Amino acid sequence: MSNLKYRLALIGVLIIASVFALLPRDVEERRRRPDGTFFDTTVTRVPLKYGLDLQGGMHLTLELDDSKRPITDKAQAIQQALTVVRNRMDGFGVSEPVIQQAGADRIIVELPGVDDRERAIDLVQDQAYLEFKIVDESQALERVLPRLDQVARQIGGTVPAQTQQAPSQPSARRGLEGLLTSGDTAGDTTAVASADSAATRDTAASATGGPFSSLLQQGGMPGEYYVAVANETRVTNLLANPTFRQALPPGKEMLFGNDTTRIANELYRAVYVVDSRPIITGDYIKSATPQQDPLEGTLVQFELNNEGGRRFRMETGRNIQREMAIILDGRVMGRPPTIQSAIGTRGQITMGGRDLQAAQDLALVLRAGALPTPLRVAEVRTIGPSLGQDAIRRGIEAGLLGIAMVILIMVVYYRFSGVLAVGGLAFYGLTTLAFLAAFDATLTLPGIAGFILSIGMAVDANFLQFERIREELDRGKTPRLAIDEGFRISWSAIIDTHVTTALTAAVLYQYGTGPVKGFAVTLIAGVASSLVSSVFVVRTLFQVWLARTRGNQALSI
Amino acid sequence: MLRILHNTNIDFIRLSRMTSIIIAVFLLPALLWIAADGVRLGGDKTFDYSIEFTGGTLVELRFAQAPDIGEVRSVVADAGYEGAEVQTFGSPTDIVIRAQGSESVAEQARGAESVAENIENALTAKFGAGSFTEVRTEAIGPRVGAELRRNAIIALLISFAVSLIYLAWRFDWRLGLASVLANVHDIVAVFAFIKYTSLELSLFVVGAVLTVIGYSLNDKVVVFDRVRELLRTAHKAPLRETLNRAINETLPRTVLTGTTVLACLLALILLGGEVLRPFALVLFFGIVVGTFSSIYVAGPLLLFIEKRWPRTATASVSRQGGEKKRPAVSRDAVTSR
Repeated sequence: MSNLKYRLALIGVLIIASVFALLPRDVEERRRRPDGTFFDTTVTRVPLKYGLDLQGGMHLTLELDDSKRPITDKAQAIQQALTVVRNRMDGFGVSEPVIQQAGADRIIVELPGVDDRERAIDLVQDQAYLEFKIVDESQALERVLPRLDQVARQIGGTVPAQTQQAPSQPSARRGLEGLLTSGDTAGDTTAVASADSAATRDTAASATGGPFSSLLQQGGMPGEYYVAVANETRVTNLLANPTFRQALPPGKEMLFGNDTTRIANELYRAVYVVDSRPIITGDYIKSATPQQDPLEGTLVQFELNNEGGRRFRMETGRNIQREMAIILDGRVMGRPPTIQSAIGTRGQITMGGRDLQAAQDLALVLRAGALPTPLRVAEVRTIGPSLGQDAIRRGIEAGLLGIAMVILIMVVYYRFSGVLAVGGLAFYGLTTLAFLAAFDATLTLPGIAGFILSIGMAVDANFLQFERIREELDRGKTPRLAIDEGFRISWSAIIDTHVTTALTAAVLYQYGTGPVKGFAVTLIAGVASSLVSSVFVVRTLFQVWLARTRGNQALSI
Repeated sequence: MLRILHNTNIDFIRLSRMTSIIIAVFLLPALLWIAADGVRLGGDKTFDYSIEFTGGTLVELRFAQAPDIGEVRSVVADAGYEGAEVQTFGSPTDIVIRAQGSESVAEQARGAESVAENIENALTAKFGAGSFTEVRTEAIGPRVGAELRRNAIIALLISFAVSLIYLAWRFDWRLGLASVLANVHDIVAVFAFIKYTSLELSLFVVGAVLTVIGYSLNDKVVVFDRVRELLRTAHKAPLRETLNRAINETLPRTVLTGTTVLACLLALILLGGEVLRPFALVLFFGIVVGTFSSIYVAGPLLLFIEKRWPRTATASVSRQGGEKKRPAVSRDAVTSR
């Protein structure tokens, strides 16, 4: 009977290992304070990983956005994007973010516990490409305005009624001018700027009536213009047109600012003419920290690395008294400051009226690096925490009811052998859960459903065996022989059924997404455990019974 | 000893003539209906596809007090989503809004998150802040939807192919083909069921269909395992009798397993909640059909295949692979008992 001892010992080891795998243990978790910052804490819990649908959170699918310009090397672009998104999520403070590639051009981001949809999307989607460019002061735009109007006319057809009104409202323009001069109290530079603008306005006025020039109003300094927010789309569309862009002054480009100004009850957005060539980019950023300044509001201070600092010092030294636009993802951040003297490694970006969290997020994306290719959100799912708790409770209830019914069927139908089968079922449940914990698999709502379903399926092997044993007993065999034959002959059917289930589960895993994958994983774990429990554990229990009774007692089956 | 269906001797093959009429009566109207919808409304409308497949936005909200559905519907329509479906979900306080129209899908192509935001803002304006909480949202772009649909079909086909190969290797291509064809019958029946009940065809439900494939194959494998064994030990009996005997002998197991699985599914249907219910319903029906077809469909199909492509006298059923040599178990006829 040493064979039996080894079998029992092996079962004991498996049970102990399973219990050990499921013991509550200390887990590092990152939690969020009410103010939005994060702290690490240690909690004790069962090491089963809950899927997003059970603990709440957010699932994002991002894809490379090739709508603006074609992507030459998708494989490389997606790799870079993965690194950047991963870096950003590390700083975002989610306990166990999942960031993985899916297909050729997708990234899946799973953020447990995150409920702020907009913020999370901004954080992964922002390109965070930082550039510094010198604002044009040579009135280059005014010189090409007639040509631009001509191009705009060709592109856009007729001048829309809305814009035709704009130049015919001198009072509004006067109001604009007045506000600008009185509103900007920054000192000498502004005074010069307004003098400049007075001069240029004449030029602009001479071109009045053009479909493009009529959308622009001179701003508070050279190279700055205002566009009514109502006309913003029109200008954006023009600027996106390649023919129009070609007609812009050589080596210059036009970019919108991020803030709006209210002038005479109408909202205006600034647009700047800047050099196409950046004097420096965000690639050289070493660190970035959010700050709150009583005068300037929230801002982000950054520090460049040595090489960046050298270049920045050289370039700014060459452009003293010029305005420098700080451009993030193609938008000019705040009003371009005037370069007073050569700047070294340190600088700052003012955030206008945005709150501290916006500054924190900007600092984070600057540190994490820019996304080389823009990403588009292809799929968003958010699951509130209440749904998961509900699902777990319902799952446990349904599971208990299912188990109770299966136990009832087994014990009523097979009596003592049914009890042995229930022992095998207990082993099955324990090892399946342990399997999930050990392989760090994620338990999802369909996973729970799969587990409950597999309880019903796990006893299938027992039915095959027990019915066979009954047949052998009918044939007049002794219990010992009937048990041996029953297990031996039913083996081929059992292995075939398990393999076919495992194969379909594998297909489901391969082609399913998210939660359905969780279903496939529990199914696979269930198949493995069920094979061991029915073929090995239940058989061992029968052998124990045979050893006890010395095989001369009738088998209750 | 408690026994059900013990030592039965039912001529299932003969009964299958009658059951095939039942099958036809169940399947044909559904197939015609699906085909008619496909022609009339386009391939996208043959089933009630979930937003995972069509693209679109789903918002589930839990209101503090049960709102008037009509009011919610008009707020959503005023927000610009006229085609959106508004339904209660499980309880009168839970509302699910599905915007699957082509306009909202196009809106999502620009930014997948905006539709949910707009709907919630409109509802907040109407019902006041804090009158509801967001339970879950889903927003799926059109490209992802099309891909998921393609993947689901690929998954179905691959699981058929993989099963066929495995069974052909373990048994014989005739038995493999018969099981897979019986399986196709099951899947068509499940889709007919989905059509009749207008259940939403979601990824979950496709998962259930794939599980039905696995389960139904199991059932056929068990019956054919017995056929294989009987052919090996009792060559002389005509195949028809062998089939009948195999089905009869495995009948207790077929019914018992079906019962335990259905018991678990019943627990899920009753207690598992609204999200899992369609999944459990489809599985429940699929398992009933799978059990039924193991008894009435797979055997006759095998008989038909064997008639078309008869075995040579010497070819054994288990030609190869995986079978250990074992002494032929001497077996008395079941009927002698």
